[in-house]
Amino acid sequence: MADGARYHASENGSGVATLTKQDFVSGQETRWCPGCGDYAVLAAVQEFLPELGLPLERIVFVTGIGCAGRFAYYMNTYGLHGIHGRAPALATGLAVSRPDLSVWALGGDGDMLSIGGNHLIHALRRNIPIKILVLNNQVYGLTKGQTSPTSELGKVTKSTPFGSEDQPFNPLALALGAGASFVARTVDRDRHHVIEVLRAASEHPGAAFVEIYHNCPIFNDEAYAALTDKDTKDAHQIRLEHGLPIRFGAERERGVARRPDGSLAIVEVADAGEDALLVHDAHRADPSMAFALAHLSQRVSEPTPIGVFRAVERPVHGESSREELEAAHEAIGPGELEALLHGGATWTVES
Amino acid sequence: MSRTVDKDRVVIRIAGDSGDGMQLAGGRFTDATAVFGNDLATAPSYPAEVRAPAGTLRGVSAFQIHFASRDILTPGDRPNVLVAMNPAALKSNVDTLESGATIVVNDDAFSKRNLAKAGYDANPLEDGSLSEFRVYRVPMTSMTVKATESIEGVSSRDGARAKNLFALGVLSWMYGRPVEVTEEWIERKFANRGAILTANLAAFHAGYNFGETADLLDVRYRVKPAALRPGTYRNVDGTTATALGLIAASVTSGLPLLFASYPITPASELLHELARQRSLGVRTIQAEDEIAAANMALGAAFGGQLGVTATSGPGMDLKAETIGLAVALELPMVIVDVQRAGPSTGMPTKPESADLLMALYGRHGESPLPVIAAATPAHCFDAALEAVRLAVDYRTPVILLSDAFLANSSEPWLIPNIEDLPRIDPRFAQGPNLDGEFLPYLRDERLARPWAIPGTIGLAHRIGGLEKEDGTGNISYDPENHARMTSLRAEKVRGIARDIAPLEVDHEDGAELLVLGWGSSYGPITAGARRVRERGGKVAAAHLFHLNPLPANTGEVLRSYRRVLVAETNTGQLSQIVRAEFLVDAESFTKLEGKPLLAAELEREILERL
Repeated sequence: MADGARYHASENGSGVATLTKQDFVSGQETRWCPGCGDYAVLAAVQEFLPELGLPLERIVFVTGIGCAGRFAYYMNTYGLHGIHGRAPALATGLAVSRPDLSVWALGGDGDMLSIGGNHLIHALRRNIPIKILVLNNQVYGLTKGQTSPTSELGKVTKSTPFGSEDQPFNPLALALGAGASFVARTVDRDRHHVIEVLRAASEHPGAAFVEIYHNCPIFNDEAYAALTDKDTKDAHQIRLEHGLPIRFGAERERGVARRPDGSLAIVEVADAGEDALLVHDAHRADPSMAFALAHLSQRVSEPTPIGVFRAVERPVHGESSREELEAAHEAIGPGELEALLHGGATWTVES
Repeated sequence: MSRTVDKDRVVIRIAGDSGDGMQLAGGRFTDATAVFGNDLATAPSYPAEVRAPAGTLRGVSAFQIHFASRDILTPGDRPNVLVAMNPAALKSNVDTLESGATIVVNDDAFSKRNLAKAGYDANPLEDGSLSEFRVYRVPMTSMTVKATESIEGVSSRDGARAKNLFALGVLSWMYGRPVEVTEEWIERKFANRGAILTANLAAFHAGYNFGETADLLDVRYRVKPAALRPGTYRNVDGTTATALGLIAASVTSGLPLLFASYPITPASELLHELARQRSLGVRTIQAEDEIAAANMALGAAFGGQLGVTATSGPGMDLKAETIGLAVALELPMVIVDVQRAGPSTGMPTKPESADLLMALYGRHGESPLPVIAAATPAHCFDAALEAVRLAVDYRTPVILLSDAFLANSSEPWLIPNIEDLPRIDPRFAQGPNLDGEFLPYLRDERLARPWAIPGTIGLAHRIGGLEKEDGTGNISYDPENHARMTSLRAEKVRGIARDIAPLEVDHEDGAELLVLGWGSSYGPITAGARRVRERGGKVAAAHLFHLNPLPANTGEVLRSYRRVLVAETNTGQLSQIVRAEFLVDAESFTKLEGKPLLAAELEREILERL
């Protein structure tokens, strides 16, 4: 049976509120490796989507190439599996021409940050109304284990047997540098946090950039263990919450404060005092604080901020011209076309 | 008193420094000529540099117009008249003139300094080197300054800048062009710039009156209006015609047009043209690169819009992977390739039609798609509509080949009636197509698959570049399925041959030689064949508008002539195809100079073979 053929509640006019996670599960068999972080992300996305209150047919997932590319096939929505790195560009064409849709572009760190890096930064600077999910496992999976643009210096892989000589990207800093209006990070193994971030991204009116740390059990297993292991995660996850002082640790005994030179430091609350803690402001127009937070940890074994770094409103691409274009297209008919063709200097030859 | 001489046709070339306004003067002369009722064809030639040093050979900008009292097909091989605004313009064009041609120079510009800049050791106006031509020395700069010096607010520098309109005035007198057309244009163009408006009008009138009163110019020419088919005409270049065709297709299909492209010479003009049409519902995006532009168009197509991207040679290389994806997705999309001389960056402003094999085969794997080539500037309109029709009807990317010559050249276009335009019906899928299920790759009688756009309830489906199972579109690595899908995709494109016009032959009884062409060679081949016939030679000509699939009767036509000559501006790409497809021993005439074929060259090649 064609997996696209399944009907569901939204079709009979009974409204979309009845959609459940199961409605978003397509019939295609998922073929990621056992233990792959993609499963967790897929489950979180499917669990979250009913919240949108949209018929599933108004939702589109656009993917590129890589393990994450198959995501589109597993979602019972409209799906477009494109070519390597181009998901943001495909999604741009779709989103600007169909503003009635909820468009999600999804790819791995190689897809989005290496071969597709140009499309990513331009989608962000244009503030295209798409939600971009970058599944960052710091390695190439589908091509079987080469270094990626987020792999750490010195990383030994099949393509870098003597260790990578390339400085990795800081994806959030890159997105902020590109002028992204929404930048967030979450971790695959914390489903509630993933859903919280997805919700914030979906509520954001422009381009939303979400980095999802996720585990590749085959080529880079437990890269984020410090952030996800029960024993260590409290000490490593710095959860950003808008309007609240930035604190973390099992006893919330540590925090983030600003040094006199403006840079950020991790401090003991007992030493620095509660008043010294930085209050997170995701809506700040100036991106410098978000940028500093993005650079707080240099490697994932250090305490690492997760959550919404930045969410500011600025004009969404196409919004200012949308009504004019739609009205123009509605209005144009044979008469207008005739006038267009007869534009400029014309002359008539009599029979 | 001047005498008046009747002429059937005239080729004029106006050349000057790129800052001299030659394209403007040429454009105005063209409008007046069109309104007068001559048939015409034009071709501009720009310097490659944005601002080449003034007065140098590199900085010469020229405009050529061929007009006649009968229908004509090319902008002309060799000018009969050259207007040269400076020594560089003379030097870079004099070799193209026919013997006995008329040369009108701006005498003021032939200073020692300008002669040196153009590389002249001696003044050619005085050393006898132009003795085979009829040379008129007109002090255009000083006469323009004089005509405008009494206008308040106009400096002598401003006045001198209007010398292109003085030259236009002279030409308008020589060829009896209606002055009102130009006057009205000047009044519109400079409506809010009082003194400049007055100065330009004064310069134009001064030039015209100079012709009328000066004894210097002793001859006027009369080129009677041509007997064109009845109807309303306008003059269009290939760029405008392509833009109008795409908009017309958008209107008749009801599909909003999304045009995404990346700036590249000479295709950028199409982006500029369409970007102005927001009030007609046209959305344009200047993408971050060629690849993005193609993907944006394809993304829009997935969403149910008319996705179009345009580029020139190098951009096609970059778009190839996306075009392959469109082949696999089987979504409508149009890719316009305004060809230019290659390889690599090549000669960006120079025409060459050498992307045919790339259009046909330039993708990995088996990825057939329809290819259409425009034949003349005005034909770009029909070609664009045809590209959209095939794309939508067959759910396939279509490559539309144009070139730098067609994009910039112009000719009169008989404006079609709206009701005669082809109907294009998107036929969006509305519901299940097999036993209550929706199969995204279940094909219709054309082998086209359903176009089910997001938002359509019950038809959610997923498609991608991975091989798909026949019918369901689910991912499939099944060997037999891959063979079947490969053959279905090819068969769908081949089947288009049933849906396109047969190859028409301009046959002459007794002809044993057929000249076959494609793209912008239409004009020179047809004109060359006509000249041969005027000399009593027997020759047939045929032109391919569809390059894939070829019209169903192509083989039959080619085999019915003893000899076949294929003329093209590449090393013989179409001739390779017809040899391979039809086992016809086609001969090849090729030219790779970054210039269009000339009618005279075709005439010569044909005569050699008769």
